[in-house]
Amino acid sequence: MKEGLSEFFAMGGYALYVWGSFGVTALLMIVEPLLVRQRRKAVIQRVSRLIRLKSEQKS
Amino acid sequence: MNLYKFSSPATFYPLAGKIGKISTWITVALLVVGLYMSFFVAPTDYKQGEGYRIIFIHVPAAWMSMFIYLVMAFWAGMGLVFNTRLSSMMAQALAPTGAIMTFIALWTGAFWGKPMWGAWWVWDARLTSELILFFLYIGFIALQGSIDDSRRADRAGAVLLLVGVVNIPIIYYSVKWWNTLHQGASVSVTEGSSMGAIMLQTMLIMTFAFWAYSIAVAMYRVRVIILEREKDTRWVSELPEIRR
Repeated sequence: MKEGLSEFFAMGGYALYVWGSFGVTALLMIVEPLLVRQRRKAVIQRVSRLIRLKSEQKS
Repeated sequence: MNLYKFSSPATFYPLAGKIGKISTWITVALLVVGLYMSFFVAPTDYKQGEGYRIIFIHVPAAWMSMFIYLVMAFWAGMGLVFNTRLSSMMAQALAPTGAIMTFIALWTGAFWGKPMWGAWWVWDARLTSELILFFLYIGFIALQGSIDDSRRADRAGAVLLLVGVVNIPIIYYSVKWWNTLHQGASVSVTEGSSMGAIMLQTMLIMTFAFWAYSIAVAMYRVRVIILEREKDTRWVSELPEIRR
């Protein structure tokens, strides 16, 4: 089992290239949605503060 | 059903949320199957050994990089002609995802080229035109960001995108038109596929996974852009997430 695992990660000598490709791709596809979520949170905060300010000015 | 209804940001906002959610689940499911097949089902290549497995992300990313650009150009063109706000927002929402797909195609291409060709990069027609595509995405994002008036930014961006469309057939046919190091198309509409059946199936599943991923991220991003641009409208101020 352990041997099979290290053989798997060795990728027949292409480990750097295969994992370098899949790794960076995975990283980008995890980071991108997180950035969108962060942006959404920031926008919601900004817009709701703006609306609160406006309603306070009116009253 | 009235399709025009959905060209209004107010009605599209909740719909985009639903599409985003469904696409996320489709992405996860397809990635689980696709990655399993990429590493455990698809056989070792007789020429490239295990190194060829990069194809399962390289080709889907490269396809998506071109496809997203065409979709963006379509929406930007619609925005230019019909002056619809939502279509320009769609173009804007797709840009970062398209840029990332292009980057993945270039990056995995380098990591595939090094062991197979002996070089990370060569100034060959296919690679160079794909690099230009990356600059088009970056240029579009920078241009949109540099113009304060969003309607003017949309128009300028649309012109850039539409002019840049000429690059897409250049990328696609570059392996035919020029002598290049890059291998020809493994899958062609007219000639079918030259790959093994399992390899092809794996690549297609990964392509659909990347497709669903792009739809999901673009939908979530367009929701953010809608909120940013429509912040002064009544419907935004009445959203539950804004009122809290």
